[in-house]
Amino acid sequence: MSAETRTIAFTLNGEPVSAQVAAHENVVELLQRLGLNGARESCGQGLCGCCTVLIDGLAVSGCLYFAALLDGTAVETIEREPPEGGLDEVQQAFAECGAFQCGFCTPGFVLMSRQLLDRQPDPSEDDIRHYLSGNLCRCATYPEVIRAVKLAAQKRKGRS
Amino acid sequence: MHAAQIGRSVPRREAHAKLTGRAPYVHNLVLPGMLYGKIARSSRAHARIRGIDTSAARAVPGVFRVLTAADVLKVIPDPHYGPAFHDQPILAIDKVRHAGEPLALVLASDPHVAEAAARAIEVDYEDLPAVYDEVEAMDSPAIVHEVLRPAGTFPDLKHLAGKRDTNVALDFHLRRGDTAQAFAGAAHVFEHTFRTQQVLHVPLEPFVSVAEPGDERLTLHTASQSPSFVRIEIARLLGWPENRVRVQVPFLGGGFGAKLYIKLEALVAAAALIVRRPVKVALTMEEQFYTLTKHAATLRIKSGIDGEGRIIARECEVWWNGGAYADIGPRVTQKSGFTAPGPYDIEHVSIDSYALYTNLPPAGALRGFGIPQLVWAYESHADMVARALGIDPLEFRRKNILREGRPQATGTLMRDAALEPVLERLAQRMRWDEPFERGSGTVKRGRGMAIGFKASISPTTSVAIVNVSADGSCHLLCSTVDMGQGSDTAMAQIAAEVLGMAAERITVVHPDTDVTPYDMATLGSRSTYHMGNAVKRAAEDARDKLLALAAELGLAPETTPLPELFRRRYGMQAGNVIGMGSFVPSYAPTDHATGQSSNVTPFWMVGAAGVEVEVDTETGAVKVTRLINVADLGKALNPAIVDTQLSGAAIMQLGFTLYEQMQFRDGQVTNPSLADYKIPGMLDLPAVIENEAVAADEHGGPFGAKGVGETGTFGVSPAIANAIEDAVGVRLTRLPLTAEAVYRALRQQRGEPLEDA
Repeated sequence: MSAETRTIAFTLNGEPVSAQVAAHENVVELLQRLGLNGARESCGQGLCGCCTVLIDGLAVSGCLYFAALLDGTAVETIEREPPEGGLDEVQQAFAECGAFQCGFCTPGFVLMSRQLLDRQPDPSEDDIRHYLSGNLCRCATYPEVIRAVKLAAQKRKGRS
Repeated sequence: MHAAQIGRSVPRREAHAKLTGRAPYVHNLVLPGMLYGKIARSSRAHARIRGIDTSAARAVPGVFRVLTAADVLKVIPDPHYGPAFHDQPILAIDKVRHAGEPLALVLASDPHVAEAAARAIEVDYEDLPAVYDEVEAMDSPAIVHEVLRPAGTFPDLKHLAGKRDTNVALDFHLRRGDTAQAFAGAAHVFEHTFRTQQVLHVPLEPFVSVAEPGDERLTLHTASQSPSFVRIEIARLLGWPENRVRVQVPFLGGGFGAKLYIKLEALVAAAALIVRRPVKVALTMEEQFYTLTKHAATLRIKSGIDGEGRIIARECEVWWNGGAYADIGPRVTQKSGFTAPGPYDIEHVSIDSYALYTNLPPAGALRGFGIPQLVWAYESHADMVARALGIDPLEFRRKNILREGRPQATGTLMRDAALEPVLERLAQRMRWDEPFERGSGTVKRGRGMAIGFKASISPTTSVAIVNVSADGSCHLLCSTVDMGQGSDTAMAQIAAEVLGMAAERITVVHPDTDVTPYDMATLGSRSTYHMGNAVKRAAEDARDKLLALAAELGLAPETTPLPELFRRRYGMQAGNVIGMGSFVPSYAPTDHATGQSSNVTPFWMVGAAGVEVEVDTETGAVKVTRLINVADLGKALNPAIVDTQLSGAAIMQLGFTLYEQMQFRDGQVTNPSLADYKIPGMLDLPAVIENEAVAADEHGGPFGAKGVGETGTFGVSPAIANAIEDAVGVRLTRLPLTAEAVYRALRQQRGEPLEDA
């Protein structure tokens, strides 16, 4: 809209990037411009979790976060591959448990599940339900997601 | 040799793409030079358009073009579309029929510019009397469409008539036996009326389409469940041959029946042809509420019962609130209408089912296609009758259940419909014959069950192609849309089983009408059966050709690897073997006067739900603590995916049962966002969810399989209402079963009714 833009610099999945962003542009729009489509705007109100990204390690709703505020931050999206390549334990567990259907909300679930397991390596079912209550799945793949998070916790324990 | 592919929980083929965020959706598609379109919408429910002033919008810096119906008419002289009636204009012409109807399209390179400009469009309206209630629409002076023009597209809707000055799009009637006489001789007669509310699909990927003009060609990238229909309908609108229109569909971020027929495709097609640039229209979550919904319905059901507790007569009247445009409502009215008496053996039946136009957003197919509304009525009614007669609800159902080989209301004999086994397995899982803990204090516990069934859609066609390459790998080409139900995986399993290879070796090509052959649509749980059969035949054709090739070369097919076969035939790694298969089941149309048919469906789907609930008598809050889904889906091709389909459908229906409801004021939706329209999340999940597919075999299905995508929805709503009555003795006949509704009923029961809000 407005012609006013500014240049920001941040790290995106470990790589330094700089971008010209307009004042009204949100994080999802910027990521899409940079070719990353895993964070998606759905409800547009920060209620569904489809647009989840990690900014300095904290999950935020990308549809409500101004791109200009990314200056100087470290941004992580679903596209970030684990250092060893392939899928990480959470993704593997989601695959094994069939914990997705249409897949539109899946990146948000994976990122939130990782954050949960980072903070709580051995979550109870109640912990999982509460932690993921801000992520909506209209296909209602919830039982499978709960199983996947439990499985991912086991896989992580096996690794360490 | 490879292990059996059928009955194996093959991991979904698209797991990696979806788990890494790289799976393609139209939502993310950006084309060079693409313009974004934002829709200006009607603020009135029913009004004549005196004028549209686009000057302020055109003056917004960055706006490329503003289009109204006048512009569309220049490229499409008759811009009306629809699967049942050609009743829906691409942009409103002369009048608007619901609040939120598209009036104009603003195009700009920046979607924010287009959005701001769309808000600057001024419309001069002359309000017309409006009708919102489906029963009132029967004889309201407010007429939504002055003239009805049937589309004539589908064989099962060929009888639709063009009519003037009525809101009845279709009336379906069924007469079997003599209900009047049977009621006169019945020991007991019960009559109840039920209501269901308007809800919507809420796919998390909202409706989105992109049109890309080419040299005498038009390509549509669209989140659609019906690519073949889109190609045919866009070609019809443009007066083009089918091969000048190309429709490509990647993954869908949910569909549930919303993304069928024409939604945004005609709008982007017209816009792209006018401006000769690619055009994308992506709706917001709010706009989904104005686009397609699920039919609200009023259902009256009357039963005559004999002295033994057998239902001898049943009369059903159903009024379906179709909103302003028919969409596929007439088929809901007819095809679901004929199962309105439920899965019971009743000699005397009459059904009257009406599709009505009103001034609400249009209604169409939503996971169950009218069946959840019907089951809500007949299974609530079943418990009410059983309780009144002092018969156990399970016993009442056992006494009356429609058994294999007996005629359904249409006269079609039941075949491969495991109604009785499903009911019995549900009863066993619920331990129905054992004492039940009733709760204490202010929290009361109850349990309830319900069983429903659904006919499949008929007659519809699916075509598939199997392409074996010279290294023995294989492509499967079919226009079934994988919107999360796992069809890519299931279809790969079917082809792999025939070809004797692992499903993982088959690449499923997504719908591209230049490449993938015709399929009626991905709807009504039809794909496993219809496309599954076509895929099986295509794979058999390819296998037979490979066997013939081996014979021709004098090679033993069992011991010759496929690559060797090709090398011997072509002298190098070259060539293809292509198998084709098509499938269209037999069908006998229902008689227009009596609704009778000897063959009304290729297969029956059966689903039952059992629930345990806790009701807080101080707040009315209902908590479902256990949800059991039992179904007949024939042979499960992929047990893990079947499980997910059953519980996913049931949880979706849980939302429609307990809280989802579009709210209106003067035809305006007042809660069009996920902040005000709540869908189920993790915390709404019952503590225990169990799914079971009974041992069954569908004789006409591929490897004994049939559809399952909707089955989990059938029984949920009435099972919960039945459990609420079991817990606290109040009966709710109107969805949703909110805490407020339960609390009001409890106050009423205590003789201390609350005043209406």
